[in-house]
Amino acid sequence: MLKPPENILTVQNMSVEFPTLSGVVTAVRNVSFSVGREKVGIIGESGSGKSTVGRAIMRLQPPQAVVKADRLQFEDINLLTVPEEQMLSVRGRRISMILQDPKYSLNPVMTVGEQIAETVILHERVSRKEARQRTLAMLERVNIRDPQRVFGLYPHEVSGGMGQRIMISMMLIASPSLIIADEPTSALDVTVRQQVLSILDDLVTERNLGLIFISHDLNLVRSFCDRVIIMYAGRVVETIATADLDDAQHPYTRGLLNALPSLDHPRDRLEVLRRDPAWLEN
Amino acid sequence: MTMTMIKVDHLAVSYGHGDSILRVVNDVSFEVARGETFGLVGESGCGKSTVLGALAGRNRQWTGSIRIDDETIGQKRSISQLAKQQMVFQDPFGSIHPRHTIGRTLLEPLEIHGKDNRQERVEKALKDVGLPLNFRYRFPHQLSGGQRQRVAIARALILEPRILLLDEPTSALDVSIQAEILNLLKDLRDREKLTYILVSHDLAVVAHLCDRVAIMQNGGFVEVATKAQLLADTVAHPYTRVLMDGSRGYVASQRPVGVTAP
Repeated sequence: MLKPPENILTVQNMSVEFPTLSGVVTAVRNVSFSVGREKVGIIGESGSGKSTVGRAIMRLQPPQAVVKADRLQFEDINLLTVPEEQMLSVRGRRISMILQDPKYSLNPVMTVGEQIAETVILHERVSRKEARQRTLAMLERVNIRDPQRVFGLYPHEVSGGMGQRIMISMMLIASPSLIIADEPTSALDVTVRQQVLSILDDLVTERNLGLIFISHDLNLVRSFCDRVIIMYAGRVVETIATADLDDAQHPYTRGLLNALPSLDHPRDRLEVLRRDPAWLEN
Repeated sequence: MTMTMIKVDHLAVSYGHGDSILRVVNDVSFEVARGETFGLVGESGCGKSTVLGALAGRNRQWTGSIRIDDETIGQKRSISQLAKQQMVFQDPFGSIHPRHTIGRTLLEPLEIHGKDNRQERVEKALKDVGLPLNFRYRFPHQLSGGQRQRVAIARALILEPRILLLDEPTSALDVSIQAEILNLLKDLRDREKLTYILVSHDLAVVAHLCDRVAIMQNGGFVEVATKAQLLADTVAHPYTRVLMDGSRGYVASQRPVGVTAP
């Protein structure tokens, strides 16, 4: 890229705690990373805290959760202290989030066009007519062939792949500088997944954005992202460039790689991950 | 006794009645040998689970012929014919009764099929899938996803079937747990001489376990490939290749000039 690499987001020593009746549950513990204008993957198994990290950055965690950090800086905004009113103009406009299943994350009683247009009307105070024009252009940008028709459809009338493209257009229409994609393609078939990812890839490159791609699919993150953060039990165990993943040092990363069945490296028995209690220290 | 365990000829399966009849599987024929593992791969809606449903006796609205273990199967089956093949479902969180203990879940098929020595059979099934015997007193919410899938496999094995019909048995599980379940399925097949039909959308999983794989699209087979063909990348149909690329991850498309592809 032309610009020197700058950090859009800096996270230092972030912990997320949930107080419960039987004591405090620490879902995320002392996590530090930074995101520039690049694609960063967060990999982890269920319960590793990867989605909680995404939600804490958006300040979308449930009210009882406690987020602690030495630093949580997004561009010129300190996410730890910024008041909620100001957060409203950040969320959706400067940081946006793509969720796993468009069936559950789109409003079922609003047409998809209205939902996309709502974002621009809310954040940029443009007229309905202009919002409609922008929406149609955005729908076309995510390779929807007949934007006029799709504008008036309800979420239940569109397929999963189209729904996810609608989500992407909704998240990008306000030109955010950071996108958090939480398992954006896990509900999609492989061929559709390929299309959705290439649209996301093009848009991220074209607009020079930062992308946090949360996933459990190692092969996918490895082929899609520039860097990958591997999380285990709420901790970051390793951060590594995807090209160097084969030289990963941490036994957990190595275990995950060896547990995958592969067409290119077939083996008779898959390696079973041995969890070492020492990984939980530090 | 012939070498063929399952022989399916011109199978067509449909749902619905009258005007709204929907034919989901169209003229499918295949054979599975004893002890073989046959894979069905395809995208959602291609009819792979429907083929499994017809073989299991869950869907009776089919035409064509099915022979299982040298017996021709009709639309209505005897109880011993039903016990011969058992299913394992995708979601271990949805396929086990949440308010029954594991022991009671495992007893139910034995009661339906009128088997004796029930306690011994429950203990043997738990042992076969590598779960401790005291798990029979637990409820599903006290188990992890991988342990629940082991219970689902134990429930399928308890009737001593010859065939296991596996409908995406690992897609709801984490990779490290998936490896455990795939290893378990491999061990069970070799020890109990079982025949498997495995449905999956992930060609890497199918190639790991199966000897031959049928690739399905729109209710029909586009290709039946052997494991060797998959591993050597010599498959014939372009759709098979698309699915193979999919299991390897993201393939960058034509990018704008000036941006290097990884």
